[in-house]
Amino acid sequence: MTALVFYVFATILVLSATMVISARNPVHSVLFLILGFFNAAGLFLLAGAEFLAMLLIIVYVGAVAVLFLFVVMMLDIRVSEAREGLQRYAPFGAAVGAVLFAELILAFGHWRIAPAIDAVPHLGQAAGETNTAALGDLIYTHYVLLFQACGLVLLVAMIGAIVLTLRERPTGRRQDIERQHARTVADTLELRRLPLGRSVRELGGFARPTSYSEAAAKGSYDPHAPVLSDESRGE
Amino acid sequence: MTHDLGGVGLGPYLTVSAILLVLGVFGIFLNRKNIIIILMSMELILLSANLNFVAFSSALGDLSGQVFTLFVLTIAAAEAAIGLAIVTVFFRNRGSIQVEDVTMMKG
Amino acid sequence: MTSSAAIFAIAVLAPLGGSLIAGLFGRIIGDRPAQAITIGLMAAACASAIATLFSGVPQDMGTAVVSLGHWIDAGGFHANWSLRADMLSLSMVAMVTTISLCVHIYSVGYMNHEEMPTYRFFSYLSLFTFAMLMLVTSNDLIQLFFGWEGVGLVSYLLIGYWYDKPSAVAAAIKAFVVNRVADLFFLVGIALLFLQFGSVTYDNIFAVVPAQVGATYHLFGTDWPVFEVIGTLLFIGAMGKSAQLFLHTWLPDAMEGPTPVSALIHAATMVTAGVFLMARMSPLLEFAPGTKTLIVLIGGTTCFFAATVGLVQPDIKRTIAYSTCSQLGYMFMAAGVGVYQASIFHLTTHAFFKALLFLGAGSVIHAIHGEQDMFRMGGLWRKIPFTYAVMWIGSLALAGVFPFAGYWSKDGILEAMWAAQSGPATYGWAMGVVTAFITALYSWRLIFLVFHGTPRDAHLSEHAHEGGIAIVLPLGILGVGAVLAGVLLDRFYIGTAQAQFWQGSIVNGAGAAVMNRMEEVPGLIALAPSIAGLLGIAVAYLAYMARPELPASLARSLRPVYLFLLNKWYFDELYDVLFVRPYRALARILWKGADEGVVEQVPVGLARLTVGTAVQAARTQSGSIAIYAFTMLIGLVVLTTTLLFVH
Repeated sequence: MTALVFYVFATILVLSATMVISARNPVHSVLFLILGFFNAAGLFLLAGAEFLAMLLIIVYVGAVAVLFLFVVMMLDIRVSEAREGLQRYAPFGAAVGAVLFAELILAFGHWRIAPAIDAVPHLGQAAGETNTAALGDLIYTHYVLLFQACGLVLLVAMIGAIVLTLRERPTGRRQDIERQHARTVADTLELRRLPLGRSVRELGGFARPTSYSEAAAKGSYDPHAPVLSDESRGE
Repeated sequence: MTHDLGGVGLGPYLTVSAILLVLGVFGIFLNRKNIIIILMSMELILLSANLNFVAFSSALGDLSGQVFTLFVLTIAAAEAAIGLAIVTVFFRNRGSIQVEDVTMMKG
Repeated sequence: MTSSAAIFAIAVLAPLGGSLIAGLFGRIIGDRPAQAITIGLMAAACASAIATLFSGVPQDMGTAVVSLGHWIDAGGFHANWSLRADMLSLSMVAMVTTISLCVHIYSVGYMNHEEMPTYRFFSYLSLFTFAMLMLVTSNDLIQLFFGWEGVGLVSYLLIGYWYDKPSAVAAAIKAFVVNRVADLFFLVGIALLFLQFGSVTYDNIFAVVPAQVGATYHLFGTDWPVFEVIGTLLFIGAMGKSAQLFLHTWLPDAMEGPTPVSALIHAATMVTAGVFLMARMSPLLEFAPGTKTLIVLIGGTTCFFAATVGLVQPDIKRTIAYSTCSQLGYMFMAAGVGVYQASIFHLTTHAFFKALLFLGAGSVIHAIHGEQDMFRMGGLWRKIPFTYAVMWIGSLALAGVFPFAGYWSKDGILEAMWAAQSGPATYGWAMGVVTAFITALYSWRLIFLVFHGTPRDAHLSEHAHEGGIAIVLPLGILGVGAVLAGVLLDRFYIGTAQAQFWQGSIVNGAGAAVMNRMEEVPGLIALAPSIAGLLGIAVAYLAYMARPELPASLARSLRPVYLFLLNKWYFDELYDVLFVRPYRALARILWKGADEGVVEQVPVGLARLTVGTAVQAARTQSGSIAIYAFTMLIGLVVLTTTLLFVH
């Protein structure tokens, strides 16, 4: 019975993997990838690795594969164009793949587990302990440093992804501390001696100092824009 | 504790993993037009490695294999994130993610 | 340091001070002060030298050494800075400083038409004097070599003083190179001396010379007597410096330098360094009879060769230069038969009258604005009577006419040659007598061409005039010297008082007997050089005054001989074919073939290879991700295959 389940999972996994690389539409590829992950999780379950099976579904299907999906959908790739030149390299790739496969099969044919393997101390799963608990014991004791390093890798990857994709847009005024410290009264304040009884309006309204445009984030303020007058602002 | 791998033994697992690996490799060659497919092929290759780790871990009753699978998954996730970020930036700059257009890494 | 030692040190070191001040600060202090300082210090040196000569060395010692400091102490090799005061060096110091002082003063007048400041010239002159003094006062061969190279260097600097004149520069290089060739032999000789005796100090060497007479080198299957080898090497060094046959070619060309330089360096002092070396090494040479024979042969041949060439030269300075070469031959002949005293005597008198002749020639050249071709002069004696007079004195001294200086020394040498009673010495004597005739002939040829007859170039001689006091004064001093040096010094240098005078600073082995027999030479033989000289004057009068067309017709009828002499026996051409051209060809092969072909091509080729490889390697970096991925995959396949088949 379990063997049957294995073969079902294995067959679907192989087929969906084939579809991943051969589907015309990238969206289909991603979807088949998700299907493949599901079946791989099934194989993990059969091998007794429940935690990894769940991890594969939740993290991979839930996050990574969906990320693929997002990207594929976000980038506007024309399907027809994307498949051009498919046949050009296929024979060569197939040949290399066949060689590799043949070699792997050959390797399996001659391969066996070393007889002395039981003499090596194993980090096994205690009787009655769940797979998840056993793994937890292991990664927080024996492999704690590597586990932390993995966390760092993820952190770096996250920062890297953000840095790569972050696009700096002029988004209004920002604080430029260096400029603030360097600025003087003359840059910001213009004192005018106005005749009595005359309003600012009669003198052409008021203007921002020229330094304003420099203080603004680039592109957010056009120094050559018409000076605002009292009327335009009041109405 | 040695696991019997659901009664199918180690061989079929390894065979499936080998097929996945070859498919992943083949995928890299088959898709000369779309980088994202290459990234997905790499996910397949990593998955085949994971399958091998898990199979051996069960067969030998040693959880180290599963721990390493965990690590591989971590690296794969990081690689996918960075790879996709690069693809996004590249597409933004070039308007294309065809493999043949990606020729900026020259010596 | 005692007071007499201090005075001696002043004589040697004062010119160095003058040279440094004039050379380093001449630009700041100006031309006149620089001249005044060098002349003042030179005068101080001259006064000190003469004072030391008269006080003499302490009777009981014979040799006094003034130590100045350490120079080299390397293992068993020691060389010190020191001044050796024996009669040989004292007499040389006095002679050098006197002539040098005259030349310094003369230069003030001679160089006053220079456009450039002349402090450099005076600095060189003083530096030369210092180097020459270091040479003659050296107490070991290393300091001697220092002075030897020093005079060579300054000679180079002064010949090429007019560095904007290509011929002067070429002459300077020629002088330097020819001297280098000789110096190489000299240096090897010094090295062999050190190997043989373990010391380079004269006294240490001379003390053990008699004990090692039989020593030999075994080379090429033959035994070579050590002293003959060393003596010959030293003599070859002396040949270069003293312009003896085969290494003489630089001396006539050196006349490109200013005339005072020719007088000081290429007549009176530097070229006599070789003769001095022979006298200095006399205790060694006395045990090298083969070398002495070689010296006589080379000296005799040189004296004849140079005189014949001097006979036909049109250039006034070159005529005198060949005369110098010829007179040096006399000195070497005397050294070759072991009568070093006569060499030094002739060296001293020659210094006076040859400097006089050169300075007189300079006065002529100065008077007619740089013209040196005698066939364009003539009838100058009314314009420059003083110069005319001193040229007569100089020529009389040169020709060995009684009682002028040359008579005493040249007669001494020729008598010694006769008295030596050997085959080579007799050859030398014959050459000497014939040369005495030729010497008189070319000397009066010079006088008659320059001063008598009608002016051949009226424009040139029109404004001829005597130089100032600075030119006349040294000529006067040297003229007095040329007249009196012989008669005054004869008794001390080679006469009855010679043993007391030299105090053992010159060693006569076999030559001692010759010295004694010199007085017993038959009357006719003793008179032969004088007769030859007077005959020469008479022939010159006949050829250039009585029948001026005679030389030209002679030159026509004996054209091959004339050309042979005019082209200096074709030595320059011979050397050009023998050395210069093969050397240039070799150098060209090495330049084009070895250097540009191999040495340069290796790095160039490597660079090209690197670039080519890099370009090819960069081509693999196509930037295509697919290719990169494919490469990685091929790597994977190869790895798997390897693992598979290794197991």
